This record gives sequence, structure tokens and C-alpha cells, in this order.
Amino acid sequence: MGARTWLGEWPMFRQATGSDPLGRGSAVQSPRTQALGPRTSDADEVVKSVCPYCAVGCGQNVYVRDGRVTQIEGDPDSPVSRGRLCPKGSASTSLVTSPSRVTTVRYRRPYGTEWEDLDLDTALDMIADRVIDARRKGWQDTDEEGRVLRRTLGFSSLGGATLDNEENYLIKKLFMALGAIQVENQARI
Amino acid sequence: MAEAHPVGFQWVMEAKARGAKIIHVDPRFTRTSAVADLHVPFRAGADIAFLGGLINYVLTEGEDFREYVTTFTNAADLVGEDFVDTEDMAGIFSGYNADTGRYDPISWQLEGVEYEAPAAGMRDHWEADLREQADGSGQSDEGRQREHHAAMASDTGGGAGDAAHATSTPQRDETLQHPRCVYQVLKRHYSRYTPEAVSRVCGMGVEEFLQVARAITENSGRERTTAWVYSVGWTHHSVGAQYIRGAAILQTLLGNMGRPGGGILALRGHASIQGSTDIPTLYDLLPGYIPMPNAHLHDDLRSFLDADAAKTGFWGNMDTYMVSLLKAWWGDAATPENDFAFDYLPRLTGDHGTYGIVRDQIDRKTYGYFVVGENPAVGHANGKMQRLGLANLEWLVVRDMQMIETATFWKDGPEIETEELRTEDIGTEVFFLPCANHTEKAGTFTNTQRLLQWRREAAHPPGDARSELHFYFHLGKKIREKLAGSTDERDRPLLDLTWDYPTFGVHEEPDPESVLGEINGYDADGNPLSSYTQLKADGSTTAGCWIYTGVYKDGVNQADRRKPGSEQDWVAAEWGWAWPANRRTLYNRASADAEGRPWSERKALVWWDAENDTWTGHDIPDFEATKPPSYVPAEGATRQDALAGTDAFIMQTDGKAWLYAPAGLADGPMPTHYEPVESPVANLLHEQQDNPALERIDRAWNRINPSQSEVYPYAFLTYRLTEHHTAGGMSRFLGYLSELQPEFFCEVSPALAAERNLEHLGWATLISARTAIEARVLVTERMKPLRIGDQTVHQIGLPYHWGSNGLSTGDPANDLLGVVMDPNVHIQESKVATCDIQPGRRPRGPALLDFVESYRRKAGVEPGGNT
Amino acid sequence: MTNLFGASGATGKLFDAFSGAATSLSGPLPDPSTDAGWSTEHPKRVGFFTDTSVCIGCKACEVACKEWNLVPDDGTDASDLYRLTGMSYDNTGDLGASTWRHVAFIEDVRPHGSATAAHGGPPSGVPVDAATGFLPTGLPAVTDGAPSSPTLRAPRDAATAPAPGETVDLLALLPDSGAHGQQTPDDERDVRWLMSSDVCKHCTHAGCLDVCPTGALFRTEFGTVVVQDDICNGCGYCVPSCPYGVIDVREDDGGAHKCTLCYDRLGAGMEPACAKACPTNSIQFGDLDELQAAADARLAELHGRGVTEARLYGRDPDDGVGGDGAFFLLLDEPEVYGMPPDPIVTTRDLPEMWRNAALTAVGLGAAVVAAFWGGRK
Repeated sequence: MGARTWLGEWPMFRQATGSDPLGRGSAVQSPRTQALGPRTSDADEVVKSVCPYCAVGCGQNVYVRDGRVTQIEGDPDSPVSRGRLCPKGSASTSLVTSPSRVTTVRYRRPYGTEWEDLDLDTALDMIADRVIDARRKGWQDTDEEGRVLRRTLGFSSLGGATLDNEENYLIKKLFMALGAIQVENQARI
Repeated sequence: MAEAHPVGFQWVMEAKARGAKIIHVDPRFTRTSAVADLHVPFRAGADIAFLGGLINYVLTEGEDFREYVTTFTNAADLVGEDFVDTEDMAGIFSGYNADTGRYDPISWQLEGVEYEAPAAGMRDHWEADLREQADGSGQSDEGRQREHHAAMASDTGGGAGDAAHATSTPQRDETLQHPRCVYQVLKRHYSRYTPEAVSRVCGMGVEEFLQVARAITENSGRERTTAWVYSVGWTHHSVGAQYIRGAAILQTLLGNMGRPGGGILALRGHASIQGSTDIPTLYDLLPGYIPMPNAHLHDDLRSFLDADAAKTGFWGNMDTYMVSLLKAWWGDAATPENDFAFDYLPRLTGDHGTYGIVRDQIDRKTYGYFVVGENPAVGHANGKMQRLGLANLEWLVVRDMQMIETATFWKDGPEIETEELRTEDIGTEVFFLPCANHTEKAGTFTNTQRLLQWRREAAHPPGDARSELHFYFHLGKKIREKLAGSTDERDRPLLDLTWDYPTFGVHEEPDPESVLGEINGYDADGNPLSSYTQLKADGSTTAGCWIYTGVYKDGVNQADRRKPGSEQDWVAAEWGWAWPANRRTLYNRASADAEGRPWSERKALVWWDAENDTWTGHDIPDFEATKPPSYVPAEGATRQDALAGTDAFIMQTDGKAWLYAPAGLADGPMPTHYEPVESPVANLLHEQQDNPALERIDRAWNRINPSQSEVYPYAFLTYRLTEHHTAGGMSRFLGYLSELQPEFFCEVSPALAAERNLEHLGWATLISARTAIEARVLVTERMKPLRIGDQTVHQIGLPYHWGSNGLSTGDPANDLLGVVMDPNVHIQESKVATCDIQPGRRPRGPALLDFVESYRRKAGVEPGGNT
Repeated sequence: MTNLFGASGATGKLFDAFSGAATSLSGPLPDPSTDAGWSTEHPKRVGFFTDTSVCIGCKACEVACKEWNLVPDDGTDASDLYRLTGMSYDNTGDLGASTWRHVAFIEDVRPHGSATAAHGGPPSGVPVDAATGFLPTGLPAVTDGAPSSPTLRAPRDAATAPAPGETVDLLALLPDSGAHGQQTPDDERDVRWLMSSDVCKHCTHAGCLDVCPTGALFRTEFGTVVVQDDICNGCGYCVPSCPYGVIDVREDDGGAHKCTLCYDRLGAGMEPACAKACPTNSIQFGDLDELQAAADARLAELHGRGVTEARLYGRDPDDGVGGDGAFFLLLDEPEVYGMPPDPIVTTRDLPEMWRNAALTAVGLGAAVVAAFWGGRK
């Protein structure tokens, strides 16, 4: 055990004159430590949410500052989860702020060997054209016995089960109007 | 449950602290087993033998809750004389056509009933042109035949075409003594499922089995209830739907349905997977479990309703649900004159489930594919099949947050490494569109207990990231713009579609609450409806999903109700909103006896308040509020009026819980133990080895290991770990989760490690007829060899989260699986299959193909390939 | 003894402290915060009670801790980060500068029938079936007749089977190559899977704090022990001084790090992130005296149910560290969980050493020193 620095240096004075002569508590608390507070306390708002992983549906409080998510914790109000989260739910902040998250459109042309950039509006327009084309190519008015089918097998959809009900509703509605019956979901898996 | 639903498991731990006994029946010793009172290890795929054993125990010991059974079930109904049980037909029921591989369920009917309609009608049907579709090279004639039959077998949802004959009352024997009454038929069917037989088939001790049997019977009855909890360990089988039926029979016999602390609880694995079936992005359903129309049966709305809507029970109102849906979608264009635009709906002719779609992709019969928040290249059975499908597309749209394997198959998929595919030869055009995450959009998830919970938007999505709501709304808008002015009749449904949601913000995000409002539905004056009972068949109401009607009651977003749980009773009815009608326990009328009195004070949930002539209680009664227990339907009554005051199971045509299902299932009226298609053992209970009605896809890329093969001698099962999420897109890319389970591994017993010289932490190669993968080895006493008959069966555990991308990488376990399917729901058998395991790493490059082929040859399996 | 030195003023204070350190640095100390200079108005001492009998090993605590405290992934590079350890489902290994919560997984193999009931069963007062160790339900039986008791099966090979209560090395049980075939269904061995979330103990007498030369480590008003990142110079003296091996220096920033018991949250009335996340309430946060009472009750309950191996660890104020601010209910010997059986604050002898040094410095005679030592004994 070496000699302690308090023998001649800061925070000797506070130690010597205060109630913490060994310099192990209040005397050595730094200004930064004194000013310490939870980063959630300066959140602009706390937004009520639900965990996106499994189907238990744990309540989450999302802390937002300057338009960015700064922390996600369990919502103690939830009678489902009582504020608790599993490791995945606890990693929600990492999930939404992940550095490897892709935030721009990536495009691979047929037979291409690399990703390319593509404007979002252009991508949407190209996809709309391809839907129209595939829909026509795969269209079936009737079966061979003349029964009405009024459908296309030109394209299909596979949804994950982390989509919102409202999103699934629009997918199903649009696909039905397009005559596209091949709509599937993780729910069958 | 502790593994995959840890926060839900807090309630199990709390129940345990209050005295509940926790029994964990699982092939593996998991985190759940670690805190259970009893862990019963057993063989994967033997669940019906186990459940059947429990049913047999209940019936032979007379432990059923007799008053409940006689009040609420079809136990007294007589089965028709034409029915022949598996007992008399070597493990097959009457009605089986060996040529088609399919059952005709007509002989399963009850006596005195013309036809018993399944609750929700038919789901999918025979594919007339399937023979043509199946015409792929590399397929044997026999295989084509099997595949064809498989698709035909799926046409059993409603059996005979004209399902809507009024169900006349079946003949009954209230004493339950008649040899053909359901109770006796059931008893006979399960008589061979003795404790000793269960022990032999499942590999558990007789005494262990009896411990479970005693525990569940002692904890069922007036004063007590037992709950069963399951996950995909029950659904991922070629007889998966029958697993659930087995539990339903058991729970009904024990009086555990519709009661607090009872039930069969499906733990679903994704935030809104329940919602994904309620508002289905599934080919065979319309919102609210209305079946998709079928070309063979449904010429018009009338014939659709006649064929699929029950006449009695609440499905008798399907006309109101259906017309309101059509009005929600096509608005003013849906009129009584045009059948409310019923003809705008596309028609089914057969199975278009996800595996059939992928088969068609490989055959280049379908050209485009949207993959949205899903990673089939890793997460679905037979990964090669999935990736071959992707490689044969014209275009692919992947929407995700991370660069998942499904988006990069063309540059770094396993088939690139083996040189089966070359990047330069893959013509698939790939669009990767970044998506918003759960904090960047508002909307509802429906959780595993049918609870809709609204999420509010916390932040804007970055860069090009958008919500699916945004993507599909604007895609639809764009397509409509491009087709505007079209006179092609095919485009009418699209152009007449109601597609005008209000938007906000710079990105014109559609207002999700307006979509929720449409789902809820409106009356003729545009007021939000409060209950599905308000729906009309005359076109005056709309509802995008009738079971969700009420979620926007009074124009208030009920799913966004957040009264703290601490300020509510245990039902917590003011947190979120549960379908239907905010009922938290389905069929809760059964929590009271025939007279409407709770079975016991401590198990009271809802009851009849005679003073006020109404049902009341802790939960919202799942029954017409003012229908007294004494109500007897008049002759010829229809819809719910046909159900008596004791008919608690209101969605059923007869209001009864079915111990015996005369219709609705493709593979028999009662669950029967069949071995998995890839099983290390023979069926010790029946001559029939596996489910005679199961569905196959016989292709070079989907070879199946022979049953009881010495080449593929070990069973394996796939599962999740607490630290990861499904195919890894939301976990393998995060450091904090990846470091907790950093590598793909297999779990083996010390005995198997010794048998195959596997080293703890060393590498192992696992081989099936599909491919070979490598994994680190964890030798653990938590895996136990089992004695099945005279054989020792080793089981290998494989968590399936890994792929080549992300922080933590490894071979996908699902690549090892082939695809065979349950005929009712077309779900793959992925919770049990066979393989070999050898020490060391797998061969690289083309050598891997030779290696796998050499195994196939040795096992007598046809050659593999990409066609 | 304080007047032995007879000094006054600042020096006297210091020397007072030396003698007072007989309680400051070891032995029971009811209020370490006041001892560290906080006014008697300071908040009550808080801590963790980690009840491992209800731990499901989900590791939510590890993740919640890292998310809140922005602790980096633990490892130097990818080859180190993402490797299996082979220690059951524990890929964290131990506590360190970048791991402030660590869930240990112990696969404990015993002869069949020797394990007691799974931990944490029904409420106390319920007798356990002696034969099965199985817990009856919390209510009187409603069926006629008592459930029959399965026969207790003896281990197949008693010679190799350890005595009840003794644990077995998993790998030692691996059958020899070729043993397969003789292997019967393995019902002769039961496996118990113990899980426990370890954390800094926030000792009553914290060696790390006592040796810290910079004042970076300090005792908070809540009685917890916290590193101040802005003061720590990374000297590392604290590292060997921890009897539990908790604190460590992180290579990238050169600072010492460990659990702060979420000091930043405490001030705002929030509970630590790990305790908040814990799905089964295995990690309980609260005033230490209340946690101790709860732990005592839980222990009695488990003992009442025949879970005799349950014990508290770090609860005893008379132990070598004066009791822990973060203490545990374990289901086996501490060593099984990788915890020292008898931790002793490394600075326990420090007062004597200082005292010797001080005595020499003021030039007191050897006789006085001898008298002092005699007085001690």
C-alpha cells in the first residue's frame, strides 16, 4: 500500500477540515460527479411504445431529445410487463440507433456484382412499373374450365410479423385489388 | 417460455410463488426447465402420444369434469355408423384415398346431421392445374403424384361443397354410454395410449408420465384450473394442427377452457404475429378469418356465403362481416346490384402458401417478390430452396433495417461458395429499401393474448427509411396513377379501391389512425362502430376487419388506452383493447355452470346476474349479455339465436366444444400419433408410420431423409435462444446481443459426443439430404439420450439464428431442413428431422456438394440439385 | 486510544481517523456514508438483493446495464468478442471494466433423486413430499386420496455417484469413447442449471476505495462505491484490491470501471437499469435494510420448503468486508458460482500498517509501541 496522495495534496483541505478525513466520500466528489444526472431527465418527451421483438407486447417508454431516441426502457404502467424487458427488449436503443443500419436505397441491377445507389422516388417508380408488368404476365382470367379466377400469380409478398396491423391491412387490401393472391407472412412459418 | 418470452414468464414465476406447480415438457432442458418443479424430457415429435396418453388417463380414471363436459361439449353426440377409427384400420381413419393421399371427411359426420360446418368455413382448395404446375424437371412421376395429392388433401377445410345445410340436432346419449357417442369413441381411440405406451414412444419414465397426469387432474375441476402453454414446438410438425387439437380435447375434458388460469395459450414469437393472422397477409384468408373465395365453389356472394358461412352460431353473421369488408374496400363501387363488388376479389384454386410460392419462383412461374421485415434465406426451412427461389426471380424488393442475407444472396450466399450459382448469372434485380423502426411510426401490434396496443411515433425515420404504411400507400397511389384511365376490366378493382388516406409531414406519411378507423368500421352516417354486432349485410356499414370493430369506438383509439395496471384490477380492461369486444378470456361463459353460477368462488370470471337479467363479471362476457342460461332456441332458429343459454362456444355451429371434430381437419377427427417424416424410430403405436395426409414437395432441392435411416441416425430440433431473435436481423447486428451468444453451436449429450468423438467447443458437421452445415459443439448433460423401444435415440439441439451477415455469424440451421407440411395449414415440419453428425468442419466450395451427395447415395436418396 | 497521540487540529483528525479506521476499514459499520463524511441527513443505504432462485438467466441485466451506462462490447477485437466460451450459456465470462453485470450458468449434475425440489416453489408452510422433493400445490388437495409418491430411484452406479449435495464436474462424466451402447436412458443423473447475476458488491469496507490514491473511487451518499471517470488516472491500484475481482481498467480509455449502481439514476429517484429490466425480479433494488429483511424472509421460506442448500451471501455485516451492499441468495456454495467463499477486504490490515508508519514518524518509543500492541491483544 503506497502512501496516499492526500498526505500533501488535494483534497487534503476538504478532508482535513471536513467530515471525511479519509477522503473516501463527500470530500472527493468532483463537480462533474455532483452535477451527474440521468440522461433521460433532459428528454424532450417520453413516448409510449411497445417492444418490437416477441409477442408478449411489453410496454416501452421511448426517451427522445432533439428528435433522436436517447433511451428505451420498460413502461412500469404496462399491466403486461410491469416495466420489465428481456435482453432483446433491453437492446431496443441499440436496435434503433444501430451504426450498421442501412438508411439509403441500395440497388443491384440484373447480373450486377455490386450494390449501386438509387433515388427513393426512382426506386418506387421502377417498382410500380415492375408490379404492373408482372401482374399482366401472371394474369389469369379463368381456369381451363372457364371458372373465374380474376387473379395474377405474377408476384408475391412475404411479410414479417413485426408489421403493424394498419400496414398489413394496406398490403392485403392493395394486393387483393391487384388480384395478387400470393400474400404470405411469417405467421405461416 | 423462459427462453423466448422471459417477460411473460414473470407471471409463471409469480404463479409459482403463489403455489402453482410448473411442469416443463420439452426434449431439451432449458431455462424454463431450470425453474420448473418438474422437467419431463421426451422425444421431439411424440407429443400426440403424450397428449393422447393424458386423454386416456383422464377417461380411464374417470377424471373428466363431467358436469362441464356434459354442459359444454359434444361428448354425448353420436358419431355416424360409417365412421371407422384408426383402431380398426391400421392407423388410418375411414375416408382415406390412398391414390390421392387425401381424406374425404363425409364418413366422420355425426348421426342425424346432414353436414357439420366447420366454424370458419373452408380455407383452401384443390388446385385444378397443379399437375401442370408441378411439371418441373428433376421430379419423378411418383413425386408429381404425391405433390398433386398433397395439394388435393388441403381441400378439406369444409369437406363437401355445400356446407351450409342447417345443422340439424345430432342424436345424443346424455349418459355417455352409447358405444358410438363421442365420449366412448374418444375413449376407444386413445385406449392404446397407456402410460407404458407413452413411455415407450416418448422416452419418458412411466412414473414421470403419471406425475404429470396426476398433477393436471388434481389441478382441474371446480376449484382449480390448469393452463397449457405452447409455441412453435407444437405447430412446426406434419401433424401440428392435431397437436393443438390434442390439447384442446384434454383441456375441454378437464373443464379448463374459458376459465381463469385455464386455456391453451399460444406464445407467439413476433410482435404482431397474431395481428398478421387477424388482418392476414396470408393467401387463404380475408381479414377476420373470413376464407378467401374459391373458384370451384364461389361464383357469387350468395354461393360464397352458402358454402362457407355457418347457419348457426356467430359465424352465421358472416354475411354482415363480408359485406362490410367489401364496402370498406370498394366504397360506393360496392352495391347490392353488383354483389358489393364480390367479383373484384381474386379466387383461389389451391395451395399458395409460402413454400408453394417459392417452388413456383424456382420454376420461374412467378416473377416478383416483396420481402418485408423477413429473412427467409436464413429463417425458413430449406434455405437452399429459399435462395434458389430468390435467384430465379426477375425482381426482388427487400425492406429491412439491416443488410440481411435475403438481400445479399446474390453475392455471398452459400450457393455462391459452392459454385452452384454465379453472381454474374443471377438475373434478379434487387431493390433494398430501408424501413422505419418501431419508434419511427405509429400503429398497433396485436400481442399473443389478442391485445392491440398502439405505439406512438417518437422520431422520424432517417434518410430513405419509411414505414410500410408509407411504402404501400404510395406504391398503390403510383400504380393507380399509372393505370388511371384504363378501361381494362382487370383494373377496375384497383381504380375503384378506397385509397385516399390523409397524410402528414414532408414525406406524406399516411395517418395510421385513419387506417385503424377504417379497420374498425363506420355506420351509414360515418360514425365509428362500437361492436361487430352492429354490422349489416345491406351495405350500410363498413368494417375492414370485423373482429377489430370496437377498437375505434366513439372515435377514440381504444388501443392507445394506458391506464396504469397498478390502478386497475387483474383483468386490466382499460389497457389497450383485445378482440373481440375487449374480451380478455375467450368463451368465458364456460367459467359458469349451466345455471350461470361460477363453478367456484375462487374461479369466478363471469356469471349470470338474475336480478338484473344480464351476464356480468370481471371480464366482458363472451356471450350475448341478456341471453339467460335457461334460453332454449326455437325450432329453425338461425345465427346466434340457434344457440342455447348453455352454448358457451359461440363461434361453433352447435355452440359446443368439439372433443371429436366431424369437420374442419384434413387429417382426421381425432389426433393420432404419427411419427415425423424423418424419424429415427418406427411408429410404435400404429402401423401407419407418418401422417397419411401430409404434404410434400418432391424436388431435387428438397430431398427427404428416409425414415429410420442408419445414414441419418440422429434427430435434431431447432429453436431460439433468449439472446437472439428469429433469423437474426434484429439481434445479430447488435453488439450487446451478439456478444452474449456469439457463435452458432449444436448441443449434444455426453453420450453422443463420445459416440461421434465430438469435442466440447470443437467443430461438428451436421449432414442431411439437403446439405451439410458446421457448428461449434456444446456438450451438455442437459441433452439426454432417450430409450425408445429397443433403441437409444440421440437428439441434437440447433438454435437457428445465424447466417453470414452481421456481427455474429454462422451457418443457418434451417439449411439442414427439408420441407414437408401439415395438410391443414401448410406449415413445415421444422421442429424435428434427422441428420448425421461428424467431428470437424464441413467441406468448402464444390466439395460440399459431393460430400452431401455421397450421403444421399449411401442412404438411397435420389440425387440432389437445383431444379 | 485516540488520546494516545494527544494531538489536535488537522493532524489530530488524521490520527483520529487512523484509530477510528478500526471500524472504517473492517468490521461492522452500520452507516458507511456518514463514515465517509456525508451528513447524517444522507439518503438510506441502498443495494441489490439478487435472488438467484428465481433467475432465469435471460441476461436482460447485462444488456440493460450496457445500454444505460454505454459500456462497450467486452473484448478487444472481433476474434475475441464473438467467441463461445463453452461455459454453458455464459459467454460473458466474468465481471470487468466492460462487464458490470455477469450472469453465470452452472450445469450441476447430480445422481437422480438427490436434487431437492426446484427452487422457489409454493409459499412457506407447505410440506414437501419427502420422497420426491416435489412440492404439493398451495391449496388443500381437492381429490380423494393423496397423490402416490414415486419411488426414489437409487443412482445406477453408486460408486461413481457423488454424495447428495455434492456437485459433479460435467466433463468428468463424459463416458469413455465407445461407451455408447452401455448408455441407458440417462435417468440416473439429474441436471440442475443454476443461474446467477453477479455484480459489484458495493462493500461496506471497499478495498478499491480505500487504496484509490486519487479520490476517483468514492463512497456516495447512498452508501455505494463509484468511480469518478474525470478523476481516475488509471493507476490500477484498485484492481488487485478487490476481493471479488470486480473492478478493472479498460484498455481504450485507461480508466478503471465497474458498476455504479446507476449513481446517476439514483439521484433522480430511478432504480438501477438492471433491476428495472429484470423480468422475474431476481434482481431487487431498494434500501439495504429492507432488502436484508426480504432476503431473510425468503431464505426462511425456502428452508421451510426443504431447499436446505439455499443460503445468503454477502448479507453478514460481520464478514470480511463488513457485509455487501449487493448480496445474494445462492443455491450452492459460493465457489460453485465463482464467488470467493470468504472475501476479506484487502485493506483490513491497513490501519495497523499506517499506524506503525505514523508511530515511527512521530518518533514514539518502542515501549509505547509494544504497549499498544499488547493492548490490541
